[in-house]
Amino acid sequence: MEAFAYAAPSTVAEAVRLLAAANGSARPLAGGTDLIPQLQEGRRRAGLVVDVKRIPELAELRWDPTSGLSIGAAVPLVDVARSPRVRRHFPALHAACGIIGSVMIQHRASLGGNLCNAAPSADGIPPLMVHDAQAVIAGPGGTRRAAVEAFCTGPGQTCLGPGELLVAIEVPIPPALTSSHYLRFTPRNEMDIAVAGVGAAVTLDPATGACARVRIALGAVAPTPVRAAAAEEYLSGKTLTDDHIEQAARLAVKAARPISDVRGSAEYRRHLVAVLTRRALAAVRARLLAAGAGRPPGQETGQQAHGTEG
Amino acid sequence: MSTASAGKASINAVSAKVLVEATVNGVPEAFACEPRQTLLEVLREQLGLTGTKEGCGNGNCGACCVLLDGRPVNSCLVLAVEAAGRDIVTVEGLATDGLHPLQQAFLEHGALQCGVCTPGFLVASKALLDVNPHPTEQEVRRWLAGNLCRCTGYDKIIRAVLDAASRMAAETRPEAAAGLETAADDGEVRPA
Repeated sequence: MEAFAYAAPSTVAEAVRLLAAANGSARPLAGGTDLIPQLQEGRRRAGLVVDVKRIPELAELRWDPTSGLSIGAAVPLVDVARSPRVRRHFPALHAACGIIGSVMIQHRASLGGNLCNAAPSADGIPPLMVHDAQAVIAGPGGTRRAAVEAFCTGPGQTCLGPGELLVAIEVPIPPALTSSHYLRFTPRNEMDIAVAGVGAAVTLDPATGACARVRIALGAVAPTPVRAAAAEEYLSGKTLTDDHIEQAARLAVKAARPISDVRGSAEYRRHLVAVLTRRALAAVRARLLAAGAGRPPGQETGQQAHGTEG
Repeated sequence: MSTASAGKASINAVSAKVLVEATVNGVPEAFACEPRQTLLEVLREQLGLTGTKEGCGNGNCGACCVLLDGRPVNSCLVLAVEAAGRDIVTVEGLATDGLHPLQQAFLEHGALQCGVCTPGFLVASKALLDVNPHPTEQEVRRWLAGNLCRCTGYDKIIRAVLDAASRMAAETRPEAAAGLETAADDGEVRPA
C-alpha cells in the first residue's frame, strides 16, 4: 500500500473539516473491507484516511418510534442483521446484511460503506431503496438529505460533494401491512458477488387486499441499482396473484440495462431479473399471509394483521 | 512519532510512525507503525505473533482471522492504527490452562492438513461459540464460509467444532457431563 496519513476524529464536524481540507485526496474509512483492498491494489488512492468509526453518530443504530430506524454509516452489517426491529420491519435489509461477504466481513463492513462504495452489485442498496431510505449527509455547508435511490450516480460514483460525509441512513417505519425481501443470484452459496439482485417491498390496502404501494429495485443490472418502475406501476392496485406477479416479473426486466462480464451475460442477467423478481414478490406475499394480511376482502383477519406492528 | 488514541483528530504526517497502544492476548502492548500497515503485518512482523497467517491478503480466505474487541475480523483488512485502545486476541491467546477445547478437538479429529488455515478456523470458531454455544452443523458451515482450506479438509473441521461445542457445554453444565440429558427426536441434545 502507498503511504497515507491517518486521522480518527471523534466528531462529525472535525471529520468534515479534515475531508474538506484535503481537497479530494481524503477517504473516509468505516469497515475498510472495500477501501483497504482498493488502496492495496491501487484502484483508489488516498493522501489521508479518515477513520470515522470513533464518531458516535456514525457508530449507533437508533430506533425512534415515529421516525424509524437510523443506521449510523459505520455500523457493522452484523449489528443491522441481528436487530430484531430490522428483522421485523425491514426483512429485505435483514436478508441482505446476512449475505454480504463472510461473517468476518459482516463484522467490519457497514451499510454506509456499501452505499458509498457504490458498486452496481451492492446487496445493501436495493433493500434500502425499496424501504424509501434517506442518506443523511454532513458537509461544509451543513447537513442535507438525499434519497438512497439518487445517491449512486455511476459505478463507484456518488452524489457526495467535496468534504461531504455520509453520517447515517434513515429508514422510515413502513405502513401497516408491509413486507419486503431481497434475493440475489450467485454461482456459489457464500462469499460471492451478485450476478443480479432484486429487492421488493409491498404494502397492501387494508380494505381491498390489493397492492397500495410497490417498490422493486434491481442490483447488478445497470450502472447503479435501479427501480423497476413499469413493474411497480403494473402491480399497484392489483392483488398478489401468481399471474400478476409473473407479469410484474416480466416488466421488471424493462428496467435492466445489464452488461456482459465475467459474472454473467446481459441476457442471463435479464433472465435472472425476472426469476428473482417473481421469487421475491412470492416471498413477500408469503410473509404478508403469514402475518395474517393479504386475504381477500370479507375475511375478517385481513384488516387486523400485524405485518409491521410493534 | 505521534500517539494514536481514541478520538484523536490530528493528522499524523504521511509515512511517519504512530505509536499504538492496544491489548494483545490480554497483555498491554505498544507498537510503532505506519498508517498503511495492516494489523496482520504488525502482529506477525513486529509482535512476533506468527500464528496468524497471511493467505490471500484481501479478505477472501480467513487465514488471518483475529478477534478485535471480541469480534472476528480479517486482520489483513484492518489498519494497525485502528487497533488503538482495542482488545485483540490471536490464536496464541486461545490456550490458557492447556489447549482450548477447540484446539484439542482439532487435534483429535485430525482437522488440519497443511495447517495454514487452522489458526483462522480456530479463532473464527471461537467467535462462533462465544455468541452461539450450541450451533447446528449448518450454522457452523455458514459461519466458517469465509475460512478457506485449500487442502479441502472441511468435514473434519466442522466435526471438530461441533465436538468442541458439546465438550464446552458439558464443562459448563455438569448435568450434561453426568449423562443426565436425553436426545430429542431431531438429534439435538437438550437438558432432561
